[in-house]
Amino acid sequence: MGAEVFAFYLFAISTITGGLFTVLSRNPVHSVLWLILSFLSSAGLFILLGAEFVAMLLIIVYVGAVAVLFLFVVMMLDVDFASLKADLAKYLPLGLLIMVILLMELAMGLAVWVPADGAEAVRAAPTPSDTHNTAALGLLLYDKYILLFQLAGLILLVAMIGAIVLTLRHRKDVKRQDILAQIYRDPDKSLSLKNIKSGQGL
Amino acid sequence: MITLEHYLTVAAALFVIGIFGLFLNRKNVIILLMSIELMLLSVNINLVAFSSFMNDLVGQVFTLFVLTVAAAEAAIGLAILVSFFRNRGTIAVEDVNVMKG
Repeated sequence: MGAEVFAFYLFAISTITGGLFTVLSRNPVHSVLWLILSFLSSAGLFILLGAEFVAMLLIIVYVGAVAVLFLFVVMMLDVDFASLKADLAKYLPLGLLIMVILLMELAMGLAVWVPADGAEAVRAAPTPSDTHNTAALGLLLYDKYILLFQLAGLILLVAMIGAIVLTLRHRKDVKRQDILAQIYRDPDKSLSLKNIKSGQGL
Repeated sequence: MITLEHYLTVAAALFVIGIFGLFLNRKNVIILLMSIELMLLSVNINLVAFSSFMNDLVGQVFTLFVLTVAAAEAAIGLAILVSFFRNRGTIAVEDVNVMKG
Protein backbone atom coordinates (compact mmCIF):
# COMPACT_ATOMS: atom_id res chain seq x y z
CA MET A 1 0.00 0.00 0.00
CA GLY A 2 1.57 3.22 -1.14
CA ALA A 3 1.77 6.42 0.84
CA GLU A 4 -0.81 8.07 -1.43
CA VAL A 5 -3.37 5.31 -0.87
CA PHE A 6 -2.76 5.42 2.87
CA ALA A 7 -3.14 9.22 2.94
CA PHE A 8 -6.33 9.03 0.90
CA TYR A 9 -7.97 6.54 3.23
CA LEU A 10 -6.80 8.47 6.30
CA PHE A 11 -8.25 11.75 5.03
CA ALA A 12 -11.41 10.14 3.64
CA ILE A 13 -12.21 8.31 6.86
CA SER A 14 -11.57 11.36 9.03
CA THR A 15 -13.68 13.55 6.70
CA ILE A 16 -16.63 11.18 6.97
CA THR A 17 -16.15 10.63 10.70
CA GLY A 18 -16.03 14.39 11.24
CA GLY A 19 -19.23 14.84 9.25
CA LEU A 20 -21.01 12.06 11.08
CA PHE A 21 -20.14 13.32 14.54
CA THR A 22 -21.00 16.90 13.52
CA VAL A 23 -24.51 15.66 12.98
CA LEU A 24 -24.71 13.24 15.91
CA SER A 25 -22.94 15.23 18.61
CA ARG A 26 -24.93 16.20 21.69
CA ASN A 27 -22.99 19.38 22.37
CA PRO A 28 -22.93 22.05 19.59
CA VAL A 29 -19.39 23.08 20.54
CA HIS A 30 -18.25 19.51 19.87
CA SER A 31 -20.20 19.66 16.62
CA VAL A 32 -18.21 22.69 15.48
CA LEU A 33 -14.94 20.99 16.41
CA TRP A 34 -15.88 17.86 14.41
CA LEU A 35 -16.82 20.16 11.52
CA ILE A 36 -13.33 21.68 11.69
CA LEU A 37 -11.81 18.17 11.56
CA SER A 38 -13.95 17.44 8.50
CA PHE A 39 -12.80 20.62 6.75
CA LEU A 40 -9.14 20.05 7.57
CA SER A 41 -9.12 16.49 6.29
CA SER A 42 -10.94 17.42 3.10
CA ALA A 43 -8.24 20.07 2.61
CA GLY A 44 -5.86 17.10 2.79
CA LEU A 45 -7.90 15.35 0.10
CA PHE A 46 -7.63 18.45 -2.08
CA ILE A 47 -3.86 18.44 -1.69
CA LEU A 48 -3.81 14.80 -2.77
CA LEU A 49 -5.80 15.86 -5.84
CA GLY A 50 -3.22 18.52 -6.69
CA ALA A 51 -5.45 21.51 -5.86
CA GLU A 52 -3.20 23.20 -3.32
CA PHE A 53 -4.71 26.66 -3.64
CA VAL A 54 -8.25 25.50 -2.94
CA ALA A 55 -6.97 23.40 -0.04
CA MET A 56 -5.28 26.39 1.60
CA LEU A 57 -8.35 28.51 0.91
CA LEU A 58 -10.51 25.88 2.58
CA ILE A 59 -8.35 26.05 5.69
CA ILE A 60 -8.32 29.86 5.74
CA VAL A 61 -11.96 30.50 4.86
CA TYR A 62 -13.72 27.55 6.45
CA VAL A 63 -11.59 26.75 9.47
CA GLY A 64 -10.38 30.29 10.03
CA ALA A 65 -13.57 32.21 9.41
CA VAL A 66 -16.74 30.15 9.09
CA ALA A 67 -16.06 27.60 11.82
CA VAL A 68 -14.88 30.30 14.22
CA LEU A 69 -18.04 32.26 13.41
CA PHE A 70 -20.10 29.20 14.32
CA LEU A 71 -18.10 28.77 17.50
CA PHE A 72 -18.69 32.41 18.45
CA VAL A 73 -22.43 32.16 17.89
CA VAL A 74 -22.70 28.86 19.78
CA MET A 75 -20.85 30.29 22.74
CA MET A 76 -22.47 33.75 22.67
CA LEU A 77 -26.09 32.67 22.57
CA ASP A 78 -27.29 31.51 25.95
CA VAL A 79 -29.34 28.63 24.61
CA ASP A 80 -30.47 25.61 26.54
CA PHE A 81 -29.28 23.10 23.97
CA ALA A 82 -30.54 20.11 25.92
CA SER A 83 -34.13 21.18 25.30
CA LEU A 84 -33.44 21.47 21.58
CA LYS A 85 -32.54 17.82 21.24
CA ALA A 86 -35.33 16.28 19.24
CA ASP A 87 -36.34 12.82 20.32
CA LEU A 88 -34.15 10.63 18.17
CA ALA A 89 -36.65 7.83 17.90
CA LYS A 90 -39.10 10.15 16.13
CA TYR A 91 -36.83 11.36 13.36
CA LEU A 92 -34.25 8.57 13.08
CA PRO A 93 -36.29 6.12 10.95
CA LEU A 94 -37.27 8.75 8.37
CA GLY A 95 -33.72 10.13 8.26
CA LEU A 96 -32.20 6.67 7.83
CA LEU A 97 -34.73 5.80 5.13
CA ILE A 98 -33.94 8.92 3.10
CA MET A 99 -30.22 8.36 3.71
CA VAL A 100 -30.41 4.81 2.28
CA ILE A 101 -32.53 5.88 -0.69
CA LEU A 102 -30.17 8.73 -1.58
CA LEU A 103 -27.10 6.51 -1.17
CA MET A 104 -28.62 3.91 -3.47
CA GLU A 105 -29.46 6.55 -6.07
CA LEU A 106 -25.96 8.00 -5.93
CA ALA A 107 -24.44 4.50 -6.12
CA MET A 108 -26.53 3.75 -9.21
CA GLY A 109 -25.18 6.87 -10.85
CA LEU A 110 -21.64 6.09 -9.75
CA ALA A 111 -21.66 2.51 -11.02
CA VAL A 112 -22.60 3.23 -14.61
CA TRP A 113 -20.79 6.53 -14.97
CA VAL A 114 -18.37 6.84 -17.93
CA PRO A 115 -16.96 10.00 -19.51
CA ALA A 116 -18.46 10.77 -22.90
CA ASP A 117 -16.49 10.38 -26.10
CA GLY A 118 -14.63 13.54 -26.88
CA ALA A 119 -15.04 14.92 -23.37
CA GLU A 120 -11.32 15.69 -23.37
CA ALA A 121 -11.73 17.92 -26.41
CA VAL A 122 -14.42 20.20 -24.94
CA ARG A 123 -12.61 21.08 -21.73
CA ALA A 124 -12.97 24.79 -20.97
CA ALA A 125 -9.50 25.29 -19.51
CA PRO A 126 -7.08 22.35 -19.71
CA THR A 127 -4.64 22.29 -16.80
CA PRO A 128 -1.33 23.71 -17.99
CA SER A 129 1.66 21.50 -17.27
CA ASP A 130 4.31 24.20 -16.99
CA THR A 131 2.80 26.41 -14.26
CA HIS A 132 1.83 25.34 -10.78
CA ASN A 133 -1.70 25.26 -9.46
CA THR A 134 -1.95 28.72 -7.87
CA ALA A 135 -0.48 30.57 -10.84
CA ALA A 136 -2.66 28.69 -13.31
CA LEU A 137 -5.79 29.41 -11.26
CA GLY A 138 -4.87 33.08 -11.01
CA LEU A 139 -4.33 33.35 -14.75
CA LEU A 140 -7.73 31.81 -15.34
CA LEU A 141 -9.60 33.69 -12.61
CA TYR A 142 -8.32 37.18 -13.44
CA ASP A 143 -8.70 36.70 -17.17
CA LYS A 144 -11.55 34.53 -18.30
CA TYR A 145 -13.65 34.64 -15.14
CA ILE A 146 -13.01 38.24 -14.07
CA LEU A 147 -16.72 39.11 -14.20
CA LEU A 148 -17.67 36.17 -12.00
CA PHE A 149 -14.84 37.07 -9.67
CA GLN A 150 -16.14 40.62 -9.29
CA LEU A 151 -19.65 39.29 -8.75
CA ALA A 152 -18.34 37.02 -5.99
CA GLY A 153 -16.86 40.11 -4.36
CA LEU A 154 -20.24 41.85 -4.61
CA ILE A 155 -21.96 38.86 -3.01
CA LEU A 156 -19.53 39.06 -0.11
CA LEU A 157 -20.15 42.82 0.21
CA VAL A 158 -23.92 42.31 0.27
CA ALA A 159 -23.52 39.54 2.84
CA MET A 160 -21.36 41.76 5.01
CA ILE A 161 -23.82 44.67 4.86
CA GLY A 162 -26.72 42.30 5.51
CA ALA A 163 -25.06 40.76 8.54
CA ILE A 164 -24.30 44.19 9.98
CA VAL A 165 -27.81 45.51 9.34
CA LEU A 166 -29.38 42.42 10.88
CA THR A 167 -27.38 42.45 14.07
CA LEU A 168 -26.78 46.15 14.70
CA ARG A 169 -28.98 47.67 17.35
CA HIS A 170 -28.98 51.08 18.93
CA ARG A 171 -29.21 50.74 22.66
CA LYS A 172 -31.10 53.56 24.29
CA ASP A 173 -29.52 53.25 27.71
CA VAL A 174 -25.97 53.87 26.51
CA LYS A 175 -24.59 57.42 26.40
CA ARG A 176 -23.10 58.26 23.04
CA GLN A 177 -21.02 61.14 21.76
CA ASP A 178 -23.17 63.80 20.03
CA ILE A 179 -20.69 65.60 17.82
CA LEU A 180 -23.11 68.28 16.55
CA ALA A 181 -24.05 69.22 20.07
CA GLN A 182 -20.40 69.53 20.91
CA ILE A 183 -19.66 71.74 17.92
CA TYR A 184 -22.57 74.10 18.54
CA ARG A 185 -21.85 74.44 22.19
CA ASP A 186 -21.65 78.11 23.14
CA PRO A 187 -19.09 79.10 25.77
CA ASP A 188 -21.24 82.10 26.77
CA LYS A 189 -24.08 79.85 27.82
CA SER A 190 -22.06 77.29 29.64
CA LEU A 191 -19.66 79.54 31.49
CA SER A 192 -20.37 82.49 33.70
CA LEU A 193 -17.99 84.56 35.78
CA LYS A 194 -19.12 85.73 39.19
CA ASN A 195 -17.44 88.34 41.23
CA ILE A 196 -17.53 87.07 44.78
CA LYS A 197 -16.77 89.42 47.55
CA SER A 198 -14.38 88.13 50.13
CA GLY A 199 -15.95 86.73 53.28
CA GLN A 200 -19.45 86.38 51.76
CA GLY A 201 -19.44 83.39 49.51
CA LEU A 202 -21.87 82.79 46.76
CA MET B 1 -4.54 3.14 -7.07
CA ILE B 2 -7.01 5.85 -6.10
CA THR B 3 -9.54 6.57 -8.82
CA LEU B 4 -12.15 9.23 -9.36
CA GLU B 5 -14.82 6.90 -7.97
CA HIS B 6 -13.08 6.84 -4.58
CA TYR B 7 -13.40 10.60 -4.25
CA LEU B 8 -16.98 10.55 -5.54
CA THR B 9 -17.84 7.96 -2.91
CA VAL B 10 -16.44 10.16 -0.14
CA ALA B 11 -18.38 13.14 -1.46
CA ALA B 12 -21.60 11.12 -1.76
CA ALA B 13 -21.25 9.85 1.80
CA LEU B 14 -20.64 13.36 3.10
CA PHE B 15 -23.64 14.74 1.21
CA VAL B 16 -25.92 12.04 2.56
CA ILE B 17 -24.62 12.67 6.09
CA GLY B 18 -25.51 16.34 5.61
CA ILE B 19 -29.07 15.46 4.62
CA PHE B 20 -29.28 13.00 7.52
CA GLY B 21 -28.27 15.88 9.82
CA LEU B 22 -31.12 18.02 8.50
CA PHE B 23 -33.58 15.32 9.55
CA LEU B 24 -31.94 14.47 12.86
CA ASN B 25 -31.56 18.01 14.23
CA ARG B 26 -34.84 19.54 13.18
CA LYS B 27 -34.95 21.93 16.11
CA ASN B 28 -31.41 23.27 16.33
CA VAL B 29 -30.73 25.84 13.61
CA ILE B 30 -26.99 25.93 14.28
CA ILE B 31 -26.60 22.24 13.48
CA LEU B 32 -28.85 22.71 10.46
CA LEU B 33 -26.48 25.37 9.12
CA MET B 34 -23.53 23.07 9.80
CA SER B 35 -25.25 20.29 7.85
CA ILE B 36 -25.65 22.66 4.91
CA GLU B 37 -21.93 23.46 5.15
CA LEU B 38 -21.18 19.73 5.01
CA MET B 39 -23.28 19.34 1.88
CA LEU B 40 -21.53 22.28 0.21
CA LEU B 41 -18.18 20.76 1.18
CA SER B 42 -19.13 17.50 -0.52
CA VAL B 43 -20.06 19.45 -3.66
CA ASN B 44 -16.62 21.06 -3.50
CA ILE B 45 -14.96 17.64 -3.23
CA ASN B 46 -16.86 16.54 -6.33
CA LEU B 47 -15.83 19.63 -8.29
CA VAL B 48 -12.17 19.36 -7.35
CA ALA B 49 -12.05 15.61 -8.00
CA PHE B 50 -13.51 15.99 -11.47
CA SER B 51 -11.23 18.97 -12.12
CA SER B 52 -8.19 16.93 -11.16
CA PHE B 53 -9.06 13.75 -13.02
CA MET B 54 -10.30 15.47 -16.19
CA ASN B 55 -7.38 17.93 -16.17
CA ASP B 56 -9.73 20.90 -16.39
CA LEU B 57 -9.11 23.86 -14.09
CA VAL B 58 -12.62 25.32 -14.29
CA GLY B 59 -13.82 22.96 -11.57
CA GLN B 60 -11.44 24.57 -9.12
CA VAL B 61 -12.54 28.06 -10.19
CA PHE B 62 -16.13 27.11 -9.45
CA THR B 63 -15.05 25.66 -6.12
CA LEU B 64 -13.88 29.16 -5.23
CA PHE B 65 -17.31 30.56 -6.04
CA VAL B 66 -19.08 27.84 -4.06
CA LEU B 67 -16.79 28.68 -1.16
CA THR B 68 -17.69 32.37 -1.45
CA VAL B 69 -21.40 31.71 -1.49
CA ALA B 70 -21.10 29.25 1.42
CA ALA B 71 -19.25 31.83 3.52
CA ALA B 72 -21.85 34.51 2.70
CA GLU B 73 -24.68 32.10 3.50
CA ALA B 74 -23.15 31.16 6.85
CA ALA B 75 -22.67 34.82 7.79
CA ILE B 76 -26.24 35.80 6.88
CA GLY B 77 -27.72 32.69 8.48
CA LEU B 78 -25.92 33.28 11.75
CA ALA B 79 -26.89 36.97 11.70
CA ILE B 80 -30.56 36.03 11.28
CA LEU B 81 -30.12 33.50 14.07
CA VAL B 82 -28.66 36.10 16.43
CA SER B 83 -31.43 38.63 15.78
CA PHE B 84 -34.07 35.90 16.09
CA PHE B 85 -32.62 34.83 19.42
CA ARG B 86 -32.70 38.45 20.62
CA ASN B 87 -36.37 38.77 19.77
CA ARG B 88 -37.66 35.38 20.91
CA GLY B 89 -35.11 34.06 23.40
CA THR B 90 -34.90 30.68 21.67
CA ILE B 91 -33.49 29.23 18.47
CA ALA B 92 -35.94 26.36 18.08
CA VAL B 93 -37.01 26.35 14.45
CA GLU B 94 -40.45 25.07 15.31
CA ASP B 95 -41.19 28.42 16.96
CA VAL B 96 -40.45 30.35 13.76
CA ASN B 97 -43.98 31.27 12.84
CA VAL B 98 -43.94 35.04 13.25
CA MET B 99 -44.74 35.59 9.59
CA LYS B 100 -47.64 33.20 9.26
CA GLY B 101 -50.71 34.92 7.89
